Amino acid sequence: MSDDATDLTKRTDAPATTEPLLKVEGLVKHFPIKKGVLQRTVGAVQAVDGISFDVRQGETLGVVGESGCGKSTMGRLITRLLEPTGGRIEFEGKDITHLSVGEMRPLRKDVQMIFQDPYSSLNPRHTIGTIVGAPFRLQGVTPEGGVKKSVQDLLSLVGLNPEHYNRYPHEFSGGQRQRIGIARALALKPRLVVADEPVSALDVSIQAQVVNLLDDLQDELGLTYVIIAHDLSVIRHVSDRIAVMYLGKIVELADRQPLYERPMHPYTKALLSAVPVPDPRRRQSARASRILLRGDVPSPISPPSGCRFHTRCWKATAVCKSTEPPLVELAPSHRVACHHPENAPDQVPTDTEPLAGTPAEDAREVPAADGAPPG
Amino acid sequence: MTAPIETTSASAEAQPEAVLAGAGRSQIEGRSLGQIAWTRFKRDKAAVAGGIVVVCLVLMAALAKPIQAVFDLDPNKFNQDLVDPALQAPKGPWGGMSWEHPLGVDPGFGRDLLARVIEGSWVSLLVAVGATLVSVLIGVILGVVAGYYGGWVDSVVSRLMDTFLAFPLLLFAISLSASVQDGFWGLTGLPLRIAVLIFVIGFFAWPYIGRIVRAQTMSLREREFVEASRSLGARGPFIIFRELMPNLVAPILVYATLLIPTNILFEAALSFLGVGIAPPQASWGGMLTDAADRYEADLQYMFVPGLAIFITVLAFNLLGDGLRDALDPRSK
Repeated sequence: MSDDATDLTKRTDAPATTEPLLKVEGLVKHFPIKKGVLQRTVGAVQAVDGISFDVRQGETLGVVGESGCGKSTMGRLITRLLEPTGGRIEFEGKDITHLSVGEMRPLRKDVQMIFQDPYSSLNPRHTIGTIVGAPFRLQGVTPEGGVKKSVQDLLSLVGLNPEHYNRYPHEFSGGQRQRIGIARALALKPRLVVADEPVSALDVSIQAQVVNLLDDLQDELGLTYVIIAHDLSVIRHVSDRIAVMYLGKIVELADRQPLYERPMHPYTKALLSAVPVPDPRRRQSARASRILLRGDVPSPISPPSGCRFHTRCWKATAVCKSTEPPLVELAPSHRVACHHPENAPDQVPTDTEPLAGTPAEDAREVPAADGAPPG
Repeated sequence: MTAPIETTSASAEAQPEAVLAGAGRSQIEGRSLGQIAWTRFKRDKAAVAGGIVVVCLVLMAALAKPIQAVFDLDPNKFNQDLVDPALQAPKGPWGGMSWEHPLGVDPGFGRDLLARVIEGSWVSLLVAVGATLVSVLIGVILGVVAGYYGGWVDSVVSRLMDTFLAFPLLLFAISLSASVQDGFWGLTGLPLRIAVLIFVIGFFAWPYIGRIVRAQTMSLREREFVEASRSLGARGPFIIFRELMPNLVAPILVYATLLIPTNILFEAALSFLGVGIAPPQASWGGMLTDAADRYEADLQYMFVPGLAIFITVLAFNLLGDGLRDALDPRSK
């Protein structure tokens, strides 16, 4: 544990450097693939393959990555909706990795989840009052002033009309439905809220409202968030720290500013360069520096050897194919898993020969003919 | 700090509605899914007609005895004077229709056909509804359990359904009905026949409803509200009864309504084959058997129970289709 002690002293800019609220070590989730009459296991989808991170009290950890990289699985593992294959999850110092449904029950008060799809996360046959009041009923909690009053308070807290208590989900818009989902998640005053793509199903104008609501509620109720998203602008707006995932691994974990200003992992750099630029004058230069990744994400059933990103990386060398880079701290509280990071000293400077068959510099998009990049 | 501010803004939002109501316009009110389905159902003329006929049939079946008493209709009273013994057919045209016997009389004993159709209606409906309840009960329980828990439970239940669907139902029903003796289950005579019919038909029709419920449950199980309930600490039974069941009521109601006419036909078929309701108790299937023996002499006799079955089955089917369109418009 001496490693952790040194880590903590380095994180001077962190909001609260006390015991982490959630501690994840080497978390693994493999989904077995079964075939044939005998249901023999013939392989496994390695959705999450050994990830470690901390979530500190009061902060927002953003988790970002492209579709299928295991970020939603990670969210369902730390809320224990899925059973981990390996590793360790600690919540407030208590090991919750393999707690049974019954043992997990009291802890459900403290860990809540906001879901992606506001259309499927609310039972269409229940009224809003029933939906938001369900946490009280399920946990056997009788709030002060009764369930109905608490539900109405929650509804006004998330900016809905408390008189709509008796309405059904279909009478609300997507943004309002997401607010209902947030009210349900906050009913039991949780310590940690895991939001799985909380705004990706909403219109952009509504996204801002919901993101700001989450922000306000954090200040007001002292919440800790783990927000999973694929939208880098949303993540940038809400997060204190950001974890970038690729194929079941965390490739970079850093505070917001350093990550956006000095990304170290080539994958992070490629992701950041792909963020759309709304300003047409700046768009040209943005397009010039855009990095286009070739090919698809490899299958998580048989991920590439060594660094999982080497098949698509323009900096890949022999060592990338043979050795998996560890997640190491290359700058204060900036961890990255790469042999040849950007904006940091090369970890394996001796190995310079680009890997045969990998997209080298041609991975960079050629600027469009109609507009040369400004010098 | 934001909470009181939000409350005031919320009450400000509520004001326009109050203003609208004050201006003499009806207040905008939320409608439940049931109310929406009812509005949709009312627009479907055929379904409403079917529903009205079904209500009348149920009333007729439930009030069969009082109706017979009030209008002096005895289904088992012989009127030999109305039958021509040489022709083995009712005297007079149209199967002996008259003001006293609006649907005519039966060619063997001159029994009033209207009385016998009314008498047969409660037997048919009781057997059909009873058998449907039995199959819904078994089908829903096994279907939900198989669909929700999956895995080996699902495999066992699914194979069981396949077995029941592959069973030669008609042969089984015939042999069972023939072998059940008086005194079985402490029942004799008519109640025993009805109980056996309900059991046989209900016990073999459940896989149809079970499969539908299983499939619906499997698709509902993947919805996020089930996961939300689990993340709040809910267990299987709570999720099944509080989260899934309210969503299953509509399909269950629809398929139960569509199963009733099938069961009416099946009961008629068994009675026609002589293993259902035994004479002298009037039943629609039994009347058809009787009529089939004498169709050369009195063709009209066949139309009376035939039309009764036809109208009942058609009405239930129209009602069921209408319910499906109203409750579950996506499945059209």
